[in-house]
Amino acid sequence: MSISIHLQELSCSHDDVALFKALDHRFLPRSVYRVAGDNGAGKTTLLRTLAGLFHGTIGSIQWLSQGTDDSSTRLHVSEQRSNLLYIGHKGGIKLGLTPLENLRWLTEYEVADIPLMEALDRVGLFGYEFIPAAKLSAGQKRRVALARLYVSKHPVWLLDEPLTALDKVAVETLTELFQSEAASGRLIILTTHQPLEIDELVTVDLEYASCD
Amino acid sequence: MRLSMLAKRDFTLYWRNKSDVSNALIFFVVAVSFFPLGVSPEASVLGPISIGLIWIVALLSVQLGLDSLFRDDYEDGSLEQLALSETPLALIVLVRLLVYWCCVGLPLSLFSPLLGLMLSMPAEAYSTLILSITLGTLYLTAVGAVGAALTVSLKRGGMLLSLIVMPLYTPILIFGSSSVSFAADGLDADGLLLVVFGLTVLSVSLAPLAISASLRMSLENG
Amino acid sequence: MAKSRWEWFHQLASPKSFYEKTTRWVPWLGFLAAGLLVVGAVWGLAIAPEDAKQGNSYRIIFIHVPAAFLALAGYYMMAIAGAIGLIWKMKLSFIAMRSAAVIGAALTFVSLFTGAVWGKPTWGTYWVWDARITSMLILFFLYLGVLALADAFERKESGNKASALLALVGTVNIPIIYKSVDWWNSLHQPATIKFTSAPSMDMSMFVPLMIMIAGFYAFYAYVLIKHMRAQSLQTERNKQWAKDTLLGE
Repeated sequence: MSISIHLQELSCSHDDVALFKALDHRFLPRSVYRVAGDNGAGKTTLLRTLAGLFHGTIGSIQWLSQGTDDSSTRLHVSEQRSNLLYIGHKGGIKLGLTPLENLRWLTEYEVADIPLMEALDRVGLFGYEFIPAAKLSAGQKRRVALARLYVSKHPVWLLDEPLTALDKVAVETLTELFQSEAASGRLIILTTHQPLEIDELVTVDLEYASCD
Repeated sequence: MRLSMLAKRDFTLYWRNKSDVSNALIFFVVAVSFFPLGVSPEASVLGPISIGLIWIVALLSVQLGLDSLFRDDYEDGSLEQLALSETPLALIVLVRLLVYWCCVGLPLSLFSPLLGLMLSMPAEAYSTLILSITLGTLYLTAVGAVGAALTVSLKRGGMLLSLIVMPLYTPILIFGSSSVSFAADGLDADGLLLVVFGLTVLSVSLAPLAISASLRMSLENG
Repeated sequence: MAKSRWEWFHQLASPKSFYEKTTRWVPWLGFLAAGLLVVGAVWGLAIAPEDAKQGNSYRIIFIHVPAAFLALAGYYMMAIAGAIGLIWKMKLSFIAMRSAAVIGAALTFVSLFTGAVWGKPTWGTYWVWDARITSMLILFFLYLGVLALADAFERKESGNKASALLALVGTVNIPIIYKSVDWWNSLHQPATIKFTSAPSMDMSMFVPLMIMIAGFYAFYAYVLIKHMRAQSLQTERNKQWAKDTLLGE
């Protein structure tokens, strides 16, 4: 299934402090979108809004699923959730659990252990599967969260600063992953301060809105 | 999400971080032991107030642990992952409530006869005490968790949490401790225990809805 | 999105139009409240006869009873306003909720205080754990909780939603709390102490009491609207209309 997200006149303010203003955009599958803007422009807020975690925006957001015959249907909130993989600033890693245990629940106990171990291997955590996450470094914890990408079947990825705390090799591996996954039909929306070398990269700029 | 696996996960976390549970129990024992020091060690003084006292301290013990019920999950980002799950958040919350109750409420009720003994509680009331605290702590967990969910995004929510939920504990405190008093006086406490049971069923079935709505609100501050 | 269908509704309920629409008639509501309160107070405090048992001390009911009436009604008013705010995301409704919380808490305090003052000559002590007083005390705690929660958040919006939800939870609980306190009281106190119940009152006392209750309702509405107007200006202080209003057009 391929999914696109359409924004119409989406704007956001926190208690009368305006963030981004009337945003019209079509996020289409098979592409990587990078949300750019100054600090405080509302990048995280936009991602959280798309994920359905924040509701303080004005305007409309539509999730459309394209069928084979070019017809598209709107997705309800529950369908949006089941098609979405969201990784925020905070990766959702429980310090009391091992990386493997963390991945198990983060994938809602629907993925078998072997693929999860392979995913941990691919993010460079081979040998760390059974060590409490509390003992891992910040970058390693980040990798545990990102290991979900390798077992994800979700058509939409929303990634807030996925590349922070990662070394150069890891960044390159992830960039390749984004590229190939986008090519296979995913919609990837992310924020990052690092340069990304992806052919299909589309940058969405958030501009400050002044208060009316 | 398979809820049994989720329950196992929550139990594992409590098992690996036992202080959450043991602190509530230790508080229960320490606070109750203070009453003879502050009031009087005489059995004739302690006996009559022992029931209410144990009930109130049990209430406070449950209350003190509630602040951390969703806090870790909020701070490490797992709450937003749970909120984005296909499984209704209210069910996930219900699992969490039951696990918390098993880890804190049940041990408290098992400890309560021991404290009753120390406070010269009338012997007839022990079984009713255990039963009413078992049910009562479940009510307290469910209702208190609404407050915990509302204050989870606040840095210092603990005090506020107590302020907003304690008035809501009135009915269970009244009926819970009265049922034990009835039993102590040799009266039939079954009717009151049924009221306690009814209140508990009501709160456990309604509270998860309020809690999941509150958690989603709190996530907007994240 | 069914946005446009409700646009007029939101427009009507915007703080700005509320402020403009109430400007003209709010003073009249004030006069009405003042008139009713003066008539009721003079009648109740000076003209109505002395109570056979309690002497003059009963006269505090002319304040105590209306305040207690509104304290409870005010909680429901607050919860309903909060629910409307949650469902239709209306700013004005949250403003109403916050105002109702402040005024309700104040009225609850008044009824507790006058109850204590009344208690001294009647029962010989300022405080007894009577069912109504205890319920009123818990109601006061509930109000305090809503007020504290509403102001605890950095984002006002979050405070609005959280306290609205708490008010709703409280609404579900209030009947249970009242019933349980009633039952608890009957258990611990023999029913020797009882308030004079209103219907058995003599007409000469009942009529001024009714006038006072009506006066309190009008006064409540007046203060609520005044408070909401002030809050409207405060929350919209960055908007042009509020600046114009504050700087005198």
